[in-house]
Amino acid sequence: MKVLIAKPGLDGHDRGAKVIARAFEEAGAEVIYTGIQSSIDDIVDIVEKEQVDVVGISILSGAHNTLMPKIMEKIKEREIEDVVFILGGIIPQKDIPRLKELGVDEVFGPGTPLDECVEYAFGQVMAIKAEKVVEDMSQGKRGKTLNF
Amino acid sequence: MNSQKKKHMTLSGFPLKNSYTPEDLSGFEYEKNLGNPGEYPFTRGIRQEMYRDSLWVMGQYSGFASAEEANKRFRYLIEQGQTGFSIALDLPTQVGLDSDDEMAEGEVGKVGVAIDSLEDIEQLFEGIDLEKVRQIRTTANANSIMMLGLYVAYAKKKGIDPNKIGFFLQNDSLKEYICRGTYIFPPDVAVKLSADVIEYCANHLPNWTPIAVSGYHIREAGATAAEEIAFTMANMMAYFDSAQQRGVDVDQAARNIYFFLNSKPDFLEEVAKFRAARRAYAKIMSERYGCEDKETKSLKIFVFTSGASLTAEQPLNNIVRVTIETMAAVAGGVQTISTSSFDEAYAIPTEEAVKVALRTQQIIAYESGITETVDFMGGSYALEKLTDEIEKDIFNILAEIDKNNGAVDCIEKGYFQRKLADNAYQYQKSIDEKERIVVGSNMFRDEREPEIPIFELSNDTEEQQRVKLEKLRENRDNIKVERALNRIKQAATDGENLGDPMIEAIEAYATLGEITRVLKDVYGVYKPLKIY
Repeated sequence: MKVLIAKPGLDGHDRGAKVIARAFEEAGAEVIYTGIQSSIDDIVDIVEKEQVDVVGISILSGAHNTLMPKIMEKIKEREIEDVVFILGGIIPQKDIPRLKELGVDEVFGPGTPLDECVEYAFGQVMAIKAEKVVEDMSQGKRGKTLNF
Repeated sequence: MNSQKKKHMTLSGFPLKNSYTPEDLSGFEYEKNLGNPGEYPFTRGIRQEMYRDSLWVMGQYSGFASAEEANKRFRYLIEQGQTGFSIALDLPTQVGLDSDDEMAEGEVGKVGVAIDSLEDIEQLFEGIDLEKVRQIRTTANANSIMMLGLYVAYAKKKGIDPNKIGFFLQNDSLKEYICRGTYIFPPDVAVKLSADVIEYCANHLPNWTPIAVSGYHIREAGATAAEEIAFTMANMMAYFDSAQQRGVDVDQAARNIYFFLNSKPDFLEEVAKFRAARRAYAKIMSERYGCEDKETKSLKIFVFTSGASLTAEQPLNNIVRVTIETMAAVAGGVQTISTSSFDEAYAIPTEEAVKVALRTQQIIAYESGITETVDFMGGSYALEKLTDEIEKDIFNILAEIDKNNGAVDCIEKGYFQRKLADNAYQYQKSIDEKERIVVGSNMFRDEREPEIPIFELSNDTEEQQRVKLEKLRENRDNIKVERALNRIKQAATDGENLGDPMIEAIEAYATLGEITRVLKDVYGVYKPLKIY
């Protein structure tokens, strides 16, 4: 299981990003943390090259409505699929439906317990992998071992 | 509450006894440990009369969107009885990007006001009598020398003596690498530029506060109370050692400096922390720098209540948290307070929420009675014991930093960053496991959605700034700008103080982005460590 924790834009509030990175690591995932002020191209490059299973994006500056569409657009352009996207930070309720339409799987606000976040992401990854196995089997391929 | 789970300790982890007695204070001497208010080592406060003589400065942190919008909020707050203000800058401004820079997209005017050039400062201060405001703060750090230039250029243009305005610069760029994140150049350059501001103020603007060394953000990022003070001290030493090496007289240059500190809801620990900080500071200024001026040895403290202690759940509860934090700051004898608004876990505060935050200070000031007696908790066994413990811890941490060759080396090695990341993770675990309780968040939850009005920013600031910049670049004397930028480049290359060339460039309406680009060519940029 590979997890990318990314901080796009100029926001320096990285406490949450670092804490969640550590939580994923403690839960057994391989974690890549971009550090703050990472560019959108860098983030998408890592997602593609490293074939991560989960991307956790943290934004507290209010720039999510500009940054998230750009990230998700590039993900689509490069036809990257089967990646779980979670978003954390100061995200107003009213922005969440639009973010989900863009392909963000879940948004976690302040006060979310670490386990809730990690369990959600792992659960989604498992579901995606299970779906793959079923798909492979229905096409007559031999079921591959789940790779975590 | 489950008493088996509850550990008896402060927020920072100091073990607490059920009660304290004179035995806990063996060796305690009034004159040595405390002294009267206004006397060395200033444990009890830096003034004899304290709040009877003059209340702390009440200055809220505000600013958003364009200079015109921010100007309206400032005027509103002054009308409401605020005695100082703090200019929140947006992120592009803080890292030296113009509003039309590609990296600035989506961030213009979001967490503060967008300042691209002197033109924005002129609009920001429009109609405000600056000489009547007790304190005007900003969050310029990596580019604090540019902020100095903007203020001086503005005052000159208005025909006011800049030294007569209560400008208060944050100018603490080292903590940006430790936690806050708006760095531009490598850390050794940051020290040079901060020392430039200190030197320039010492020579030309002695009434200004040239630096507010900041533990606030360090604490928010996970530090203990003692680490907050010790890391701040270590950063301060980096600046003042550097200034001293250039021949700056620290005794004079540090007269007006401040520490910008946090106040968390752990009341006793915070009061003890402010007192311990003053005592440790007095010793350091007199022993390390040989300062003799009483004013220089008196630590002035600006407190901002902890944003990280606020919860998104049941937001009105935050008013109570802010009240406790503010009372701790007052019991701890601080000089300036900025209170957080209850809706900060959602967005930039509404006008109503900011007003409640200001009223919280005013109620404590005018109704609580705790302003009448200086250090009214002084002499409490528990408080004195904790003050001693925190001070001891501060000096232990400082010795460790010293062993690691000081603040800049510690930053480059990730010493501070690692400590904060470890603490932050442990803290979150203790919340998740309910070892620590946050009311409304991990206990006493209310599953109904909170319904409070949320402030909405207009989205056209970016476009407005873009248009403004375009016009500015058309209308100014570009040859003059070019010449001024070259002069900055030359001064930076030669290692000179950048104060004067900066003022000249800003008077020519060079933008902050243009100036930063020139400086990046000379100094390079910082490549951060990715420690979590």
